[in-house]
Amino acid sequence: MTQPDYNLDQHQIIVPPGEIALETKDVNVFYGKKQATFDTSLAFPRFKISALIGASGSGKSTFLRCLNRMNDGVATVTGAIMYRDVNINQKKLNVYVLRKNIGMVFQHPNPFAKTIRENIQFALKKHGVKDQTVLDQRVEQSLRAAALWDEVKDKLDTSALELSGGQAQRLCIARSIAMQPDILLLDEPASALDPISTAKIEETLLELKQKYTIIIVTHNMQQAARVSDYTAFFHLGHVMEYKKTADIFTRPQVKATEDYISGNFG
Amino acid sequence: MNEIKEKLLKPSKETHQDQIGHLISLVCIGFIGILVVAILFFITTKGLATFTTNHVSVIDFFAKSDWSPSQKGPNGKPEVGALAMIVTSFAVTLLSAILATPFAIAMALFMTEIAPKRGQKILQPVIELLVGIPSVVYGFIGLMVLIPMVRTVFGGTGSGILPATIVLFVMVLPTITSMSVDALKAVPRDYRSAALSLGATRWQMMYKVVLRAATPGILTAMIFGMARAFGEALAVQMVIGNAVLMPTSLTSPTATLTSQLTTQMGNTIMGTLPNNALWTLALVLLVMSLVFNVIVKLIGKRSAFKK
Repeated sequence: MTQPDYNLDQHQIIVPPGEIALETKDVNVFYGKKQATFDTSLAFPRFKISALIGASGSGKSTFLRCLNRMNDGVATVTGAIMYRDVNINQKKLNVYVLRKNIGMVFQHPNPFAKTIRENIQFALKKHGVKDQTVLDQRVEQSLRAAALWDEVKDKLDTSALELSGGQAQRLCIARSIAMQPDILLLDEPASALDPISTAKIEETLLELKQKYTIIIVTHNMQQAARVSDYTAFFHLGHVMEYKKTADIFTRPQVKATEDYISGNFG
Repeated sequence: MNEIKEKLLKPSKETHQDQIGHLISLVCIGFIGILVVAILFFITTKGLATFTTNHVSVIDFFAKSDWSPSQKGPNGKPEVGALAMIVTSFAVTLLSAILATPFAIAMALFMTEIAPKRGQKILQPVIELLVGIPSVVYGFIGLMVLIPMVRTVFGGTGSGILPATIVLFVMVLPTITSMSVDALKAVPRDYRSAALSLGATRWQMMYKVVLRAATPGILTAMIFGMARAFGEALAVQMVIGNAVLMPTSLTSPTATLTSQLTTQMGNTIMGTLPNNALWTLALVLLVMSLVFNVIVKLIGKRSAFKK
């Protein structure tokens, strides 16, 4: 199937109502001379799940990694990313404070080769939490929030490497939320997992959005439809459409989105 | 809300640590950088003095094999022709690397593919032991055992390229083996599964898939082995014969660049032609090690998969 040339300037991007947790303005990402995303301007509402969908290489993961400065030293990012009235895409920004507030979970579960308890306490200790009762509380809270507590509460001091893929990924989510961040970025968190683990992760996300703003990159359109409130469709580095998930999946207005959702290209 | 805003823009303990760490590494790198440049500069100026101050012809240096920088030759000038040493250096290097590589690959395959457990247990310590033996001991064994043997079998003095090659073979073997092991280990496990799942025999899997994928790494191992052989001075000096003559056979006494340096460096006076000529030999060695490095870099670029 050959891919038709879509008009990349024809797009529909809304600004969601309510409080905005994070907003990007004309973000361009360059790998050397190659431009990966083009003038991405999106506003992510607070306490909602926003999904970024699109084919491989469409720039969605690249864009996600800008949001907590994980592209530092990897790619050049221009434009403004506003978080709490601060442009976080500036040199003098304290990235350590930023990443404490904007956590990230990656595609492949990447627990440290430490015990489950140490995995969760690692970052807390590095950020100066010393009180043992607080540390223990956070371990339980975050494991409960990630829906993992019941499965691991009796083996907190065994190696995290013994967990199954789905459990390890939920541990990584727990590890991120133990820092009590504002925003959670997830880069295809379920793509390496089986359907049951995926379902559990999705349940977890729906729970978490009471307290956190979530931005998730996913290959899986059903997943985007199931969990997200807003969806952005990326095509060749351009956002073609961004609106309520229900609208984008039932009434896509842009030809590229429609074709992608109905499986006519890929 | 404003608290976070302030924190985001203010430097913290972590950012200070970053800056201090950055500074410390810059100072260390700067120091090493200056050191390297100083060494390069020193050897280059000293080495080129033979051609600039002593007016020895560059062509004569590389094309003639008469070496007597301290005496006037038949044409009224000291003779500074390094060809014999260059040829011998390359000969022992290439021969020992060619001889050692098949053994090294066999050992590496045994350790990674055939019997990883036994390989790790027995061969790994053996290799480490071979690395740990000082070169003077290798040279001593060469002098006491190899030379009499070569003398009995081939006649002559017994010293020359052949015993030097054998000594270097043992010395570069562990280098090439351990680096080949690393290269084979870096081949993804999936490659092996893929080959076996297609019905390949274990030998076909090793020979056609794993070894092919590891070829750049094994070539790199060879080059490192050659670099070691090229630079080895002491052990070679003890068995090569130390006569600056063009080798006529594998058992005729001759000299390498390094052996000539070690034997002569105490006998010359700084600033004179004999001394400058030795610096020129050092410069040739330096340039060759740079060449080896460049080759390794080029091979690395062509590597089939990222490590």
